[in-house]
Amino acid sequence: MNESHAVAAVALVVVATALVGAFGLRVSRTTSDFYVASRTVGPRLNAAAISGEYLSAASFLGIAGLVLVQGPDMLWYPVGYTAGYLVLLLFVAAPLRRSGAYTLPDFAEARLASPRVRKLASGFVVGIGWLYLIPQLQGAGLTLKVLTGAPGMLGSVIVAVVVVANVAAGGMRSITFVQAFQYWLKLTALLVPALFLVLAWQGDGAPTRVFDEPAALREHRTVRVQDTVEIRLTEPLTVTVHGRVDGHPYDGDRVTLPEGVHTVQGGARLGLPAGAPVPVAQGSGDTVLPDTVLSDGALSDGAATAQGERPLYATYGLILATFLGTMGLPHVVVRFYTSPNGVAARRTTVVVLGLIGAFYLLPPVYGALARMYAPELVLTGNTDAAVLLLPDRMIGGVGGDLLGALVAGGAFAAFLSTASGLTVALAGVIAQDALPSRGIRHFRVGAVTAMAVPLAASVLAGRLPIADAVGLAFAVSASSFCPLLVLGIWWRRLTPPGAAAGMLVGGGSALAAVSVTLVGPRPATGVPHALLAWPALWSVPLAFLTMILVSLATPGRIPPGTDAVLARFHLPEEIGGGPVRKENTA
Amino acid sequence: MSTLGALLAGFCVAVPPLLAAGFWLGRRTARPSPRPFHRAGLGTPVEHATFQTLHTASLAAPPLRAGLTEETARRASRRLRSLLGTEALCLTDLDQVLAWDGAGSHHRAEITERLAGPLETGRGEAFRLRCETPDCSLRWAVVAPLTVDDRVLGALVACAPGESAVLVRAAGEVARWVSVQLELADLDRSRTRLIEAEIRALRAQISPHFIFNSLAVIASFVRTDPERARELLLEFADFTRYSFRRHGDFTTLADELHAIDHYLALVRARFGDRLAVTLQIAPEVLPVTLPFLCLQPLVENAVKHGLEGRGEKCGIGITARDEGAEAVVVIEDDGVGMDPELLRRILAGEAGPTGGIGLSNVDDRLRQVYGDDYGLVIETAPGAGMKVTVRLPKYRPGVHPAGPATGGLRRG
Repeated sequence: MNESHAVAAVALVVVATALVGAFGLRVSRTTSDFYVASRTVGPRLNAAAISGEYLSAASFLGIAGLVLVQGPDMLWYPVGYTAGYLVLLLFVAAPLRRSGAYTLPDFAEARLASPRVRKLASGFVVGIGWLYLIPQLQGAGLTLKVLTGAPGMLGSVIVAVVVVANVAAGGMRSITFVQAFQYWLKLTALLVPALFLVLAWQGDGAPTRVFDEPAALREHRTVRVQDTVEIRLTEPLTVTVHGRVDGHPYDGDRVTLPEGVHTVQGGARLGLPAGAPVPVAQGSGDTVLPDTVLSDGALSDGAATAQGERPLYATYGLILATFLGTMGLPHVVVRFYTSPNGVAARRTTVVVLGLIGAFYLLPPVYGALARMYAPELVLTGNTDAAVLLLPDRMIGGVGGDLLGALVAGGAFAAFLSTASGLTVALAGVIAQDALPSRGIRHFRVGAVTAMAVPLAASVLAGRLPIADAVGLAFAVSASSFCPLLVLGIWWRRLTPPGAAAGMLVGGGSALAAVSVTLVGPRPATGVPHALLAWPALWSVPLAFLTMILVSLATPGRIPPGTDAVLARFHLPEEIGGGPVRKENTA
Repeated sequence: MSTLGALLAGFCVAVPPLLAAGFWLGRRTARPSPRPFHRAGLGTPVEHATFQTLHTASLAAPPLRAGLTEETARRASRRLRSLLGTEALCLTDLDQVLAWDGAGSHHRAEITERLAGPLETGRGEAFRLRCETPDCSLRWAVVAPLTVDDRVLGALVACAPGESAVLVRAAGEVARWVSVQLELADLDRSRTRLIEAEIRALRAQISPHFIFNSLAVIASFVRTDPERARELLLEFADFTRYSFRRHGDFTTLADELHAIDHYLALVRARFGDRLAVTLQIAPEVLPVTLPFLCLQPLVENAVKHGLEGRGEKCGIGITARDEGAEAVVVIEDDGVGMDPELLRRILAGEAGPTGGIGLSNVDDRLRQVYGDDYGLVIETAPGAGMKVTVRLPKYRPGVHPAGPATGGLRRG
């Protein structure tokens, strides 16, 4: 692939983001423009902004990689990511907007009138935001490494610096336009190459053995393994080897590897014959096998191994986490504030469903094509690069380079938009709730803090199975904020101790469970591991139950004024506003 | 190496939330017991006892400062009981027991019955408790009424196994102390009411000159350009309707900007091309709630300063941008500016009614609603124009555009 095109595309995206952010204010110099300049954001623009902020590295690169490795089962990811907005639409969007809350801690305070619950919610918001930022930074590192061979850290640092500089210097004076722009950029960057790829696929005779298990090579191909990986063979395989396999040096010899696990040394080249099933690299979430952790870690593998072990349970865990977790993501919630009223918030959510749904049709196409045209990525463990490599692989030449550059630009747009959205949301929360006193500079300090911790984590950690981090963020959010929002909006008897206990028990146990999966001595296989890797299925009911029981046990603590607050949540503004006020003042 | 990396990553992921939780817990547990006497050798045992008592009393004070309700009584009664060292203690209002701390809550009904006398007379009383429960240790109760401004609000009842003159005295003293706290609570409430009244008095002071001038301008168009005069009259109606509206202390930035638009249309009719207005608005801050009519006086001020003294054109800029949990609104003009010292006096309210009531009014209201951190920031010098920066938190409890039905002033 031609590097210069890709680098130019990435640079262009960065510059365009900065420019739209800096000049995106509505300017008017005449009276007639005044109304235009002071018109609130319409549902369509706001929906594009929400979608732009929401579609992250996991969506842009991760889903195609998962489909490449695991096949159609992984389509639950895009379904879950989208359906989260359906739950948001039905239960939360309009009342949340009417509450007047800007962040989740604001909502907790508005509903429960308790500064302590507010602090707790702030803690969870910051935690979830950091967890969500880590994969964005690591994805950026991976992309830049695939494109240019730069060290993995560089991409993370670039994204972190660009985002913090932009946010802290006031470059995001109008984040709505930036995010809306990023959505259309991302859609274009996936859609245009996808059209060409599908044409190329049809020109190729439209082979349909897409979801054969396992993915098989269509022609002889030599694969260079960058980092040492372990591969598991289910049947003997004859390959040509340059380099070390299982400790033996080979130099272009034909070797028949028996069934079982083999170690392929980094730098080795394997020549695979046409029609051979592609051996799958061992899951990189496996800390028992030290070196595999640092193989070009997928955004996915740790979860994928658990998935393989308990498919049905894992699928339901995934569905629950993504359906209910979306409403607790800090950068999603703050965007609803931009809607002028509850009805607009609801309309916005409907449009978001459409926009995101349209986008998520594309990554599975890439995943399916990658299974035919780049299956050897499974062997290197570098599956998240599938989207980036396909244009070059299938079309080639200048056209392939340009399309590849477009995809790369889109991927960077994904990192930048999600990272800036999260940074702005987190910086607000940190500046408001964590830093001692308020001032004009505190937002900047907050922005730096919001980014410094995940950057340090992603740099220090090398490559972790980071879809687990996204999954963890969703699971923690689903088991802490989903009960708070749903019960807070729909249940009159919620009390501050109940809310605090529910968030601590649900969110805390989800956090603990997945932390154990990430770093702890994990149970080798089976039920306990699946329970820990996909905690949402038990932690969400646990959180709801705790919140309800503790609230019922503390009936004296129902905040005064709850009825008025709930009335404001549920009545349309014109009813909740005007007439009621007049009666009261009269 | 990789295990190390994984551990480090896990560390980074797990430690911040744990630290935050620990910090929070630490703060929570540290606040109620700062241990003012943990160092050994600080005073005699008597002094220790005094410190202990004062400390317990100081812990009971904050809930009582919010008035006498079930919630505050529950939180205060625990402290008060440890202050008195009795088996049981309860706080009542005029007709029921609000909170019972300690053993023997089956005496509630009996106590409620016996309260009528002391609450009527406002004098304390001690009596024997009837009890059929064999293992109940409470045989005797002291009632000490709680009075504020000679009104009886409720009573403090301490129960003990036997008669004790010390307890009668102590209960009386504690009841007096509680009464003082309740009096302070009353004072807090009247202060809040005062602030609300002040805000209501401060708001919506559009200048009478503006009304006269506008009407004069409209009159001047009536013959020459009736269509323009009609439009201006409508603008005038819209602006005054907004300014004189009765309900609600708060509005949204979008509504406020529309009012400013009407206002500027009228000003432009008077000054024509001399006035150039530039508006830069980040659309995401338009739903921000802010005190009613708090930007229009600033624009009015900018117009006045911009056109004052100079014959040529005047430029006014209004910028609203997003900054995380806050919105920042900047209003600037390139007019005559002002001596910072004079400005300081105006804002401190020392300059008399002539100098820019608008600025100090807006400053006062912002501080009342959002706290002292959110006053106006003004940059100016003679001849150098003026730049006024307003920071508005996007969310503040009690601040809703819905008005006093659900919102009102931040209390506490």
